Amino acid sequence: MEDTVDVLIIGAGASGAAMAWSLAETKMHIVCLEQGGLMNPSAYPSSGRNWEARTQSDYATNPNVRGLAADYPINEDNSPIKVANFNGVGGGTVLFAGHFPRFHPSDFRVKSLDGVADDWPIDYKQLAPYYAENERMTGVAGAPGDPAYPQDNAHRTPPLPLGNAGEALANGFNKLGWHWWPSDTAIITEEYDGRAQCINLGACGAGCAQGAKGSSDVTYWPHALRAGVELRTRCRVREITVGEDGMATGAIYYDGNGEEQCIRAHVVVMACNGIGTPRLLLNSKSSLFPDGLANSSGLVGKNLMFHPYAWIQGIFEEEMDGHAGPFKAIRCQEFYETDPDRDFVRGYTLEIQRGAPPVRTAQIGMRHGRIPWGEGHHEAYRKMFKRVTGMVAVCEDLPEEHNTVTLDPDLKDGDGIPAPKIDYTLSENSEKMLAHGVERASEILRAAGAYDILSESPLAYGGWHLMGTARMGLDPARSVVNEWGRSHDVKNLFVVDGSIFTTSAGVNPTNTIQALALYVADQMKSRLANLFD
Amino acid sequence: MNDTNAETALDAAAMRTLSAIADAVIPPSDAYGVPGAGDPAIAAGMVEDAGGDPGRLLGALQALDEMAAATVDGAAFADLEGEALASVVAAFRAERKGEANMIANLATQAYYRDDRVMTALGLEPRPPFPVGYEIRQGDWSLLDPVRRRPRLYRETE
Repeated sequence: MEDTVDVLIIGAGASGAAMAWSLAETKMHIVCLEQGGLMNPSAYPSSGRNWEARTQSDYATNPNVRGLAADYPINEDNSPIKVANFNGVGGGTVLFAGHFPRFHPSDFRVKSLDGVADDWPIDYKQLAPYYAENERMTGVAGAPGDPAYPQDNAHRTPPLPLGNAGEALANGFNKLGWHWWPSDTAIITEEYDGRAQCINLGACGAGCAQGAKGSSDVTYWPHALRAGVELRTRCRVREITVGEDGMATGAIYYDGNGEEQCIRAHVVVMACNGIGTPRLLLNSKSSLFPDGLANSSGLVGKNLMFHPYAWIQGIFEEEMDGHAGPFKAIRCQEFYETDPDRDFVRGYTLEIQRGAPPVRTAQIGMRHGRIPWGEGHHEAYRKMFKRVTGMVAVCEDLPEEHNTVTLDPDLKDGDGIPAPKIDYTLSENSEKMLAHGVERASEILRAAGAYDILSESPLAYGGWHLMGTARMGLDPARSVVNEWGRSHDVKNLFVVDGSIFTTSAGVNPTNTIQALALYVADQMKSRLANLFD
Repeated sequence: MNDTNAETALDAAAMRTLSAIADAVIPPSDAYGVPGAGDPAIAAGMVEDAGGDPGRLLGALQALDEMAAATVDGAAFADLEGEALASVVAAFRAERKGEANMIANLATQAYYRDDRVMTALGLEPRPPFPVGYEIRQGDWSLLDPVRRRPRLYRETE
C-alpha cells in the first residue's frame, strides 16, 4: 500500500519526538516510523527481582548484547568504545540516566576560541529559547545560579537529593576549591505535567517505571499523539526514495509483519541519531546519489564523535547510598573550558555517579580484583557494598574524518538491510584529557575520604553519545546540512538528531539534540511558503 | 519469594557442575548466614539468566568436567575437593577467561537477588518499584562557596 503524507519523520526517539510535537501545530499530516515498539513501563526491569540481570540482557545498552528484534547489529570490532542505544518509542532516552545539561556558549565557537575543529553555524543565544522550551516539555530538576553557565529563567523542580554520596563528594570538591553544582537532570522531583515524582528507584538506566524520568515516550509523545501525529511502530526503513528532480519522495520500509511498504512524503526528516542516520543515508543509493543520499560532501558517516568516558570510583569506610536514588546528583565543570596550561584543548565534565546496586558491586569488585572468588568473598563484598561512589569524566571529542560509520559488507539486520560498521580511534587529545580526568577525580575522591580508587579509561561500553556524522555547516563542501538542518543536496530532506553536531562539547547531548530539533522545526514553520527554495 | 523458578535447561549432571563452580565463585558462609551461589534455587536462577540458549554455559561446564577428569583420573568437577578443586578453578579462570567471567556474572546476578542474601545484607527482599527508596537531602549549605565564585564560562561575543 502506498500513502502520501506531508511530513515523514524517521525515528521516534529524542529528536523525532520533539520534531513531531513542534510540527503538529501546523495540522499537517505527520507520520513517524519507528523500528521499535511502544514502551510499557510496567514491564521495565525495576518491577522484578531480576532487574539487574535484565540490564545485562534485554535492557543492555549495547544493541549487540541486547539483540532484540527491534535492534540492528553494529560491527564495532574496530572501536575501543562500544555503542549504547535503544530502539523503541523514546529511543535512547528510555535508557539514559537523564543528565540534561546545556552546551556552553564556547561549545559553539571551538575554532574561533581554541583553533580546533569548526565553529557551529548557530550559537548559544539562538538555541537558548529552545533549550528552555525543551526543558519545560521534559521536566528538569536542578538549581539556578550555576557560575559555569549563563543565567537562565528555565523552570526546574528542586534538585535531586545529595544523599550521603553527594554530600561526601561535595565536601571533597569544597576542600579543593573546585566547582560543583546540582545536575540539571530530566528527572522530576515533584509532580509535573501529569507525571509522578521520582521515588529513587535507582534503576534509571533500565527505563523508569515511575515515569519520573523524562524519556520522550512520556514527555513529547503523549502531546504529539493528542495533536494528531501518527506514530507507526515496528516499521524499519530500508531507504529514502528520490524522484528524478533529486527531491526525496518518501521511504520504503518493512512493517511489523516483515512486509515491504512504501510511504510518500513531501518532507522527510531523519531522526535516527549518529549511527542510524548515516546508515540510512548510505543505504539510500540511487543513480542520482550513487554515494548515498545527501552525500555530495562525502561527509555522511564521517567525523563520528563519542564522548570518551573515564570511570573513577572510590571505596569509603562510611556508608553511601548504594543503589537507591538516581545515578546523577551533582556535576563538576572546573575543567570544562580550555586552559593553555594543560596539554590538551577543550575539556570535560565530571558527573557524579551515586553508587552501585548489589550485583554490580560484586561485578565491579571482581573485575578490579577487590572481591575474590571463594574464600574471602563475603568479607570483601561487605567492604564495598554501599561504600562505593564516584564519577565519570565526560570528555569532549573533536571531529576527525577517519572516525566513521560505513556499511558493513556482510552484516545485515533482521530485514536484510546492511548494518553499520564503525571505525574509531581515540585521539591524542582525548587520551590526555581522559588521563587528566582520572587524576583529578582521584584527587576529589581522596579529598572526600576514599581509601581505595578504581578506574577504567576509556570506558568500553560508554558509547552513549553518537554525534557528528551528518554535520551542520554553511559550506556544502564541508557539511551535510545547512544552518537550519536542511540537506545541502536534497531540499526537502532534514536531519535533526545528534549526527548534525558540528562538535560534541563535553556534556551529555540530549538537551541539545532536542533543542536543535525544536529550532529546526521552527525554521521549517517560518519558511513553509518557500521551504524548498 | 524468588523469581527463579524457571524450568531448568540443564540435565542433572550439568546442574551439579554448575552448582559446584557457582559455590567456587561465592561459597556458603555460616559466619554471614548465607548460602553459596551453588544453592539449588540460586543455580536455577543462573540457568534462567543464561536465557533460552544456554549453549555457551553448557560448553563451559563441559570444559570444567574435562579439566577435572584430566586432573583427577576421570573425576567430575563436582567431585573435586581441596587442592584439586582449587587447581582446576585456577586453570579454568586462566585458560578460559571469557567463560569464567560469564559464570561469575551469572552467579552474582542470581545470588545478589536471593531473599536470604538480601536479608543478610540488611535489604528488603523486593524489587525497586513500586515502593522506591528514601534518600536524604543532604547539606545544601555546602553549595554556598560555589555560589560566591565568579563565572567560569567563556563569553563568545
